[in-house]
Amino acid sequence: MLKLALNRTLLAIPTLFVLTAITFFLIRVAPGGPFDSEHSLSSEVEKNLRRIYHLDEPLLVQFGRYLGNLVRGDFGPSMYYLDQSVSDLIGSGFSVSLRLGALSLLVALCVGLVAGTVAATRKGRLLDTAVMALAMTGISIPNFVVAPLLVLLFAIVLDWLPAGGFDGASHLVLPVIALALPQVAYIARLTRASMIEVLRSPYVRAARARGIDGLALIVRHCLKPAFLPVLSYLGPAAAAIVTGSVVVEQIFQIPGLGQHFVQGALNRDYTLVMGVVIFYGALIIVFNLLVDVLYSWFDPRVLSSSATSENPS
Amino acid sequence: MRRIIAAVVMLVIAWLVWDSFGNRLGRDDPEAVAGQRTVLHRGNGTEPESLDPHRMRSDSALTIGRDIYEGLTALAPDNSVIPGVAGSWDIAEDGLKYTFYLRDDAHWSNGDPVTAADFAFAFRRLVNPDTGGVYAFIISPVKNASAISAGNAAVDTLGVTALDERTLVIELETPAPYLLGVLSQPSTSPLHRATLASHGDQFARPEHHISNGPYVLTEVVVGSHVRAQRNRYFHSVDEVSIEEIVYHTIPDPATELNRYSAGELDMTYTTPSALFSWVTENLNDELHVSPQLSTYYYGFNLDYPPLRDNPGLRKALSMVIDRQILTDRVLGAGQHPASSWVPPGVNNYQPSEFEFLVLNQDQRIDRARGLYAAAGFSDDNPLKLEILYNTGEGHRNIALAIASMWQESLGADISIINKEFRVLLQDMRDGNTQVFRSSWVGDYNDANTFAEVFLSNSGANFARYSNSDYDNLVAQAGRETDVEKRRELLQRAEAILLNDAPVIPLYYYTTKRLSKPYVKGWVDNIMNFQLTRYLSMDSD
Repeated sequence: MLKLALNRTLLAIPTLFVLTAITFFLIRVAPGGPFDSEHSLSSEVEKNLRRIYHLDEPLLVQFGRYLGNLVRGDFGPSMYYLDQSVSDLIGSGFSVSLRLGALSLLVALCVGLVAGTVAATRKGRLLDTAVMALAMTGISIPNFVVAPLLVLLFAIVLDWLPAGGFDGASHLVLPVIALALPQVAYIARLTRASMIEVLRSPYVRAARARGIDGLALIVRHCLKPAFLPVLSYLGPAAAAIVTGSVVVEQIFQIPGLGQHFVQGALNRDYTLVMGVVIFYGALIIVFNLLVDVLYSWFDPRVLSSSATSENPS
Repeated sequence: MRRIIAAVVMLVIAWLVWDSFGNRLGRDDPEAVAGQRTVLHRGNGTEPESLDPHRMRSDSALTIGRDIYEGLTALAPDNSVIPGVAGSWDIAEDGLKYTFYLRDDAHWSNGDPVTAADFAFAFRRLVNPDTGGVYAFIISPVKNASAISAGNAAVDTLGVTALDERTLVIELETPAPYLLGVLSQPSTSPLHRATLASHGDQFARPEHHISNGPYVLTEVVVGSHVRAQRNRYFHSVDEVSIEEIVYHTIPDPATELNRYSAGELDMTYTTPSALFSWVTENLNDELHVSPQLSTYYYGFNLDYPPLRDNPGLRKALSMVIDRQILTDRVLGAGQHPASSWVPPGVNNYQPSEFEFLVLNQDQRIDRARGLYAAAGFSDDNPLKLEILYNTGEGHRNIALAIASMWQESLGADISIINKEFRVLLQDMRDGNTQVFRSSWVGDYNDANTFAEVFLSNSGANFARYSNSDYDNLVAQAGRETDVEKRRELLQRAEAILLNDAPVIPLYYYTTKRLSKPYVKGWVDNIMNFQLTRYLSMDSD
């Protein structure tokens, strides 16, 4: 496992470098710059601004300068939010998005696992069909449709919850629901399929023969093996929550990292976009590594040469 | 082992939820106490890019700037000029020298007195090219201001002198009758020199912020809100009713409306156009619709061959557009069709109007067809034009409407192309356009702010219009001290502009904002300013 972690960390460096280089040059190709507006700046002022932010230097020189600062952990000042540094913006944005994302993932996991297990144990019956139908709607309806509906119902009509902002636990409820819903649906379906297979496996039949049944059977013997496909899905799930958060954060006015992703590009805020891309890139690499490590803990057979999920009979 | 993991997971969840409890805004809303409303929650549009008065340029940032800073003059709720930090002033006969006498009781938010030297320092920083101040041009009439901004003169040659602690002298190169209004703009605010000395460009951050306006910054959370607290050292603090302001950053008008409906905002920045009819039906008593000092227009690129040297063709294109249909049917939010370049309601000014206004729509189409044919176009040889517009509410609908009007009435072949805002700006600057959509918002309440857009050397002259008669008239108006004569000069300039038709003014913006019935002190005005110092809220 240690070798795996080391391997991955070493691989991460060239990956991040390529990511940085591509983003750096790509965003500068886009027409327009950070200081454009209909109220044009006088040419002298504009020349000075470009000088202050090193935009008048050749691209390769700018890139070298950026990399030099990067290895020292300096993401530079934001080119649009003139009073803020990129590290500050990412730091404050991430602490919010992390809370939102982690809670959404947790809720999605818990609700999805339970729903999927219930459906699997009641396979073919009414509850199974109902849960799966709900899951299908959850996957089909995009979160930018669900979110305003939630606001309309809970914030405006019922006045139970706030419509937006980020000031207390009650402000988390609707955004978490909006983000988690599609993932609940996926995880429920995955769990159901996987649980059905596990319930059929020889070792579960053996346990049943020994008299173990009901909740004890599910929790002690089935959950861990059934969880494996869900675990593999956690990587893409986290990525979906990250991208979904861009929309949800806008609808609920949450000061997370998602806003900087889109708005940074529209504002041509070169340094902020670079910072956010590198940060997200590193995050996804770390998260995938974590998932792989967890996977080997859940199923020790992964580390050994055998890769099948059936015991040899 | 399993128990340990379960315990850790529980703790993590608890932290995730707990940490959100009142942690962000960090204090109890005094609103809840005794039914008194003391905190004003304002929707404030997009994220302010900076709270440094010399780096502000978006309306969102300037809105906050007007509450936290005060210049030599201030504006009353109806936009008329009143004393600000300066209690009184003298203007020399030739209009080239202004002497301002500062109030004794003008203080910074830490108790320090506001001095003339604070103003002199601030003005020099504004025009200094190293600052990158967008609004440096606004004091261009001041002696040497333009030269300094262009890098051709030293900063300390600026015609602003502090005679003593309380007296400031400003010398001008040309008379500027609108100067007093300009001096209320946040860019012309004084700066607290000690804070700049110790914190440099970080002086505008809330932890360092010292200001001289009715309010002072206390918190900035990017993407969420900005908070400001009443400044107890403000000279007229007894007249300021609202104790605290929260400016909510809500760029999406629909989201803003949701939060307003849920009672989380006391006033909005705007209203979503798509829901405007719903708002007029359900929230009509809370809606304010008033004309704004800004014009929406289509510009011609005068370097583009069929349009170049062809004012007849350009006028034809302008004439056939039924602006009433645009405002009533396409937009439907109370906008007014444009009849001139300068919007109505500007101080001391009556705009010149399109000469074709005397004709009805059918007559205009007839005349336009004549001009179109005279330019050499016909059904066999239609005029081919591209309309460029930026992504946004209504822009596409307007482009479609105008394209179809040109096609139906003249038989022209029109295509419309959507570009992202900055890409469009780049095209406009590079001259890579034929017809482009743009708008102009007045910086101060005077016709000059609209007239100077079309000077040959103006950076905002994206139509690439150049007419020396026009330039001369506007320059002459800039030197004229007599109000009547000045108005006449500007009107003649505008008439020339409308005759040459480098642009097609389409409509004047209206602001459409909501405010709760308990918010008092709201006065509709053409600059669309709602300074919090004039507002108050009734208690429950």
